[in-house]
Order: sequence, then structure tokens, then C-alpha cells
Amino acid sequence: MAEMILVIAEQHAGHLNRVSLETVAAAQAIAKDIGGTVEIAILGSGIGSVAQELAGRQAAKIYALASPQLDAYTADAYVYTLREFLATHSYKLILLPHTYQVRDFAPSLALALGTTVISDVIGYKHENGKLIFTRQMFQGKFAADVSFAGEGPYLVTFQNAAFRGDLAAAGTAPIETLNVTIPDGVIRVAAHEIFQEAKQSVDLSQAEIIVAVGRGIKEQKNIALAEALATALGGELAASRPICDAGWLPLDRQIGSSGQTVAPKLYIALGISGAIQHIVGMKGARSIIAINKDAEAPIFEIADIGIVGNLFDIVPALTEEIQKAKAGV
Amino acid sequence: MKILVCLKQVPQKDAPLKLNESGTWIRDDISYEVNEPDAYALEEALRQKEKHGGEVVVITAGPTRAQQVLREALAKGADRAIHLEDDGFVGMDAVNTARALAAALEGESFDMIFTGLQSDDYGFAQTGVLLAELLHWPHATIIIGIEKTESGVRLKRELEAGHYQMLDMPLPCVLTIQSGINKLRYATLIGIKQAKNKPVKRLTLADVQGKLGKNLQVVERLYVPVKQKKTEMLEGTSVELAKKLVEKLRNEVRVF
Repeated sequence: MAEMILVIAEQHAGHLNRVSLETVAAAQAIAKDIGGTVEIAILGSGIGSVAQELAGRQAAKIYALASPQLDAYTADAYVYTLREFLATHSYKLILLPHTYQVRDFAPSLALALGTTVISDVIGYKHENGKLIFTRQMFQGKFAADVSFAGEGPYLVTFQNAAFRGDLAAAGTAPIETLNVTIPDGVIRVAAHEIFQEAKQSVDLSQAEIIVAVGRGIKEQKNIALAEALATALGGELAASRPICDAGWLPLDRQIGSSGQTVAPKLYIALGISGAIQHIVGMKGARSIIAINKDAEAPIFEIADIGIVGNLFDIVPALTEEIQKAKAGV
Repeated sequence: MKILVCLKQVPQKDAPLKLNESGTWIRDDISYEVNEPDAYALEEALRQKEKHGGEVVVITAGPTRAQQVLREALAKGADRAIHLEDDGFVGMDAVNTARALAAALEGESFDMIFTGLQSDDYGFAQTGVLLAELLHWPHATIIIGIEKTESGVRLKRELEAGHYQMLDMPLPCVLTIQSGINKLRYATLIGIKQAKNKPVKRLTLADVQGKLGKNLQVVERLYVPVKQKKTEMLEGTSVELAKKLVEKLRNEVRVF
């Protein structure tokens, strides 16, 4: 019997969150390995066109779980709706993208189903009939192969870009719309409009060259070193989250899951250890140069060129050398 | 406001981590510190108490060494602490950790429970949400602002790519706190002195064992990740390195 796999896709205001397609690609790959069937569920109100878009992928069925009460996301409404749905639909695996929204409800859903979620997974293996999921631990310094114990359904959330959404196989899936009514008292939270703080003054996604600083810069005054390097290169200055949290650089210069996602020609990471929340925002850079005093820093996993050393010595020397080169000396 | 803050002791950021001989876990002969988002959660609880009165209680589940994070929290102004003290809490899955915390809270009553949004070591990002589900309380994650209202709290929740959302939530509730929600304070000398006389309640694994189940996920092995990219490591003096880099920027990266 084919193992049933459910993807729970994500949409905002009737637009599909593209990472959902990465999860679909993951589900299709796993289905191929274990002999499974993929179905996709999408929750919300006014989700007809999102369901249509999903129906263009290879899947056995698209379930559109529709309700005006699902218009604004709340964990309460999502957990209730999915529990009701899963009471009459049985799956071996339930796969989701590891988004902020999924992090908010997936653990509750898993517990309500008497099972567990392996979170932030970057890959899987199918060994001797057993599915093993790989996730990062200790800030990316180690990878862990994790398996499920106990009965399913097993929930897995996939890290952004762990699979390629553009490789999700195309097809024609039938859509079944289920109108959901959520009883009074289930939703305990009032969720208001989503907003942006101030218009971002710097659009780092367009920058060709980015010099980014992390915790290793130690003090606010040292940021001038990085700024001088950025200026010499004609690039933009950026930072990892702790630097912006400390108020040393404005929030609109933050790279990572809660900041901007960039893909410049050159990314120079100064004193950035390479926590996954930062990596997801910059791993698309064409060339990555990392300077860090810790040889074990995960940033070196993704760097093209690495230097283990003291950035306070190297950066001024580099700035000077670039100025000379540009001046044709 | 009575607020409980869940703290976790994690390896220090710069600690050189090594695998144990069986490759199942890290060697524990390293330095530890409080999980960074948990430090912000504690700070937020202390600020709420300063504004609205009440009590701040801190809890951790971990070996004897984890008592350090409780002591530091008491020195910063927390009123009392609960230590689920056992080596068995190391490597426990998120569901059982949440069950142990919930069991330790029997007989207590809080308006809010804060946790950090995730831990720097395991990175599950689940314990707070699971604790809410076990207590049947509402929850919200990745919180970057908290204002008390007449009916509960108004929360500012961080979303991806610079977006935010406001939520109104009744009490009691569980909130997972984002780093940067506030500015951390240091413990004062007088605080450190007073902390010595503040109560720390100790519970063992045996005290909560009845509420735990078997771990539903198993770490089969832990290993240094296979490199996805070939990294060219450069060595030399600063000037030599600068010259090599400029060479590469010119000929390989071609940015000038």
C-alpha cells in the first residue's frame, strides 16, 4: 500500500509562499523512494487561485481548507482545522516548510496528534526501509541524523532552500474544497494587519558587493574598519542580527531570516560565525570570503575563500591594498 | 504580573565543541552560558515586573552545572528559582522537556511564561509552544514587544523579511521571545549578594518521570557536516593575505 504523504502549503493574502514548492519537491522525492503518494493541503480564505497553482504540480489531490476564520493566521484556528481534517485523513508523513508561521503551530499540532515534529530539516536518507532526517545542531557546527520513534504521523519541517522548488514535478491534481467552520471560543487570539516598520531605506538585494560584520567585530567603533573596506570596494555595509540588536547598525542592514535576503557577486563576512539564521540570507552569493578567528566557525562551510585570523589586522591591510590596486599603484 | 521564565544553559558561543567517542553527543568539558534569547526573555520579565509589579520566577532543566544560569538570573532580579536537576535532561526531546517543565509547575500559577524563541544548541524552536499546548494556554512566537492591556497583552510578533504583526492575547499565555526585544542589564554587586539568599527549589527527574513518555525522536548520530563547497583557505601575514585577496578579487571574483 502506498504511504500517504501530506504537504501543508503556506499562503499569505492569497499568494503562495514559494517555499511551499520546496516542500512539495521534498515530498515528491521521498514518495519516489518509499513508494508514496503526495497530497497537498492549503488553508485560508480566498484560496481558490493558490489551490489552482498547487494543482499544477504532481500530486494526487489538493485540499483547499477554506474559512473566513482562517483569513488572518492564528495558531488556534490552524491547529483546530488540521486536527479535524486529519481525523478523517490518514498520513504517514506530514511535511511543512520551516517558516515563522509553521514554527508557531506545528509543535502544537504534533502534540495534539500524539506525535512529534522534527524541525528545520536540511535533507533525508532512506536507509534499510527507515527514513532518517538530517538537521543542524549546535548552530550548524554539527549535523544530526534523526529518526522517529513510535507511531506516526511524523511531522517534518524543511529549512528554506533545502530542496529546489523549481524542481517540483508538474502535473494536474484535482482540487477538493472543504469549507471549515471553527466553533466559537477556539480562536483565543485577535490577529491584526501585517505591516512593515518603516520603508527600508537600503535595498541590499540589489547590491553587487556586500561587506557584512558579525559579533567578531567586538565594539561599535570597529565597524568603521568594515565601512572603510566597503567604501574601497564600492559595496554596501551589512550585518548579522546581533549587531543590529545592539543598535550598532540600523535594522535595514540586517541579513538573514528576519532581515534581507541577498545574492551579491561578492560577500565578505567579517567576524560572522555563520549561524543558520544568517546563512539563509546570504548563501546565494556568488563568491563568499570569510574572515574569522575561529577555524571551526560554520561560515567556512559555505565560504569560497576562508581566512582564519584576526580581522582587526587583515581588514585595514586589505582596504589599503584595494585602494592601491584601484588607484593603479 | 507573575511571570515564569524558562532558561537553558548552552555551550558558550566560542566553546570548541568536540564529539564524544561514540559520536552520539558532544563532550561536556566545555564552558557554558545562558541561551541568548532566554537572556532577553528574562530581561523582558524583569521589565514587566518593574512596570506592573508581581514576581519573576526562573526555571531550568539540566545538570548541576545549569544552576549557574539560575544564580545569574536571581542576581539580575528574579525572585526565586526552580531547578529540574538531572543529567537526564541533556539530549531530551522537546516534548519531554516541555512535559517536565509543566510537571514542575504544578501548584504554581502564572500570568505569563516566557521562553527564548529557540536554543542555540539543539535549535528545536518547540519547547515554549509545546508547553502552551500542554497547559492549554494560548501562545505566540518570536515576540518583539509586549504591552499590558485591560484584557491581557498586546504583542508585536516578528514575521519574515522585516514584517510584523500585532496580536491581542488573553492571560495566561506562553510567549517565545526574540533576541533584541530589549537591552540586557548586568547583575549588580548587591544583586549578586542578595541572590545567595533567594530560594532555589530542586526537583529531580524522578519527581517528574511519571509525566514523561519515551522520546519520540532519536538522534542516531552526530557528525561534522559534509562540506558542500570547496573552501580555499589562505594563510600568511596580514599584508600577504591582503595581496592574495586583491589578486583573487581582480582575477577570479572580478569586482575590479
